[in-house]
Amino acid sequence: MIVALNGRRAELPDGATVADAVEEAGAGGESRGVAVAVDGEVVRRAVWSKTRLESDQRVEVVRAVQGG
Amino acid sequence: MRSKAGSGPSAEASAPGGKAVRPDPGSDPAFSLGGRTWGSRLIVGTGGFRSLEAMERAVAASGAEIVTAALRRVDPTATGSALDVIDRLGAFALPNTAGCYTARDAMRTAHLAREAFETDWIKLEVIGDDRTLFPDAVELVDAAERLVEDGFTVLPYTNDDPILARRLEEVGCAAVMPLGSPIGSGMGIRNPYNIQIIVEGAGVPVILDAGIGTASDAARAMELGCDGVLLSSSVARAKEPERMAIAMRAAVEAGYGARRAGRIARKLHAEASTPDEGVPELG
Repeated sequence: MIVALNGRRAELPDGATVADAVEEAGAGGESRGVAVAVDGEVVRRAVWSKTRLESDQRVEVVRAVQGG
Repeated sequence: MRSKAGSGPSAEASAPGGKAVRPDPGSDPAFSLGGRTWGSRLIVGTGGFRSLEAMERAVAASGAEIVTAALRRVDPTATGSALDVIDRLGAFALPNTAGCYTARDAMRTAHLAREAFETDWIKLEVIGDDRTLFPDAVELVDAAERLVEDGFTVLPYTNDDPILARRLEEVGCAAVMPLGSPIGSGMGIRNPYNIQIIVEGAGVPVILDAGIGTASDAARAMELGCDGVLLSSSVARAKEPERMAIAMRAAVEAGYGARRAGRIARKLHAEASTPDEGVPELG
């Protein structure tokens, strides 16, 4: 299955969850400071591993960084 | 010298060595923002530092208890975490919506920030264009109103416009944060009269946000009656950020102290500070 992950085309196994996308984005193992939106809607951390992704969804994985 | 606050010389006042006598800082009202009280009126941003280490030293030196941070796509090559540093300093990490141009983007970023930072406080920035980085007033008020409805404690970066400040207060913002001059410009406070008018009319804290170049700008903001100062570039991009952070901390305290003390009126002509009476005739 192909999704748009942080603006890049990414191939994930069928049935992949939001938690898998977080791992693929390079934020696996962290959780504080990380947040996810799928097609613009925030997915709460508590349901990352239960929320399955579908083809062509836009997944944004963001984290806290330095900023004014 | 005697302490004005006490009935007799305090322990500090009677100390040898000509030490300065300070009024009891406990007599100053606490800085209350968003229903919490804070020990420092200086809020610092974490952007623009050469490294996380430089940021950590400067933020620690500033004494700030509220520290802003942003939200960006995960960069797998990045090392270290801004949030870990802020946690280690025992400061409160205040997320911002930097880079948002519409109310819709700002709303989404605020909701993501609530999840990432585990706080419903948000420094709301909705920018009009990337040349001035001035706020887009229409989008800003819209986003502020909706975020307040969603339960956020909204701290909006706004223009130095007293009417806009009033509108932001009316929709329920916890503070108003007018700019002194464009973000990162270091131009100081370009319209001190408007800042004064905003302060006069505000029922929520006024925090001067953006434009501070050097310590005197921060002191000026406090002398104008602001409740706090938010600055970033002036420290992060100084030759010696840690030294500048110390200067900013002192400037905010000095400006606040001067405001509380009540300055003398400006006059065109001199007024002798030494009495004329008793001048000896030596001719």
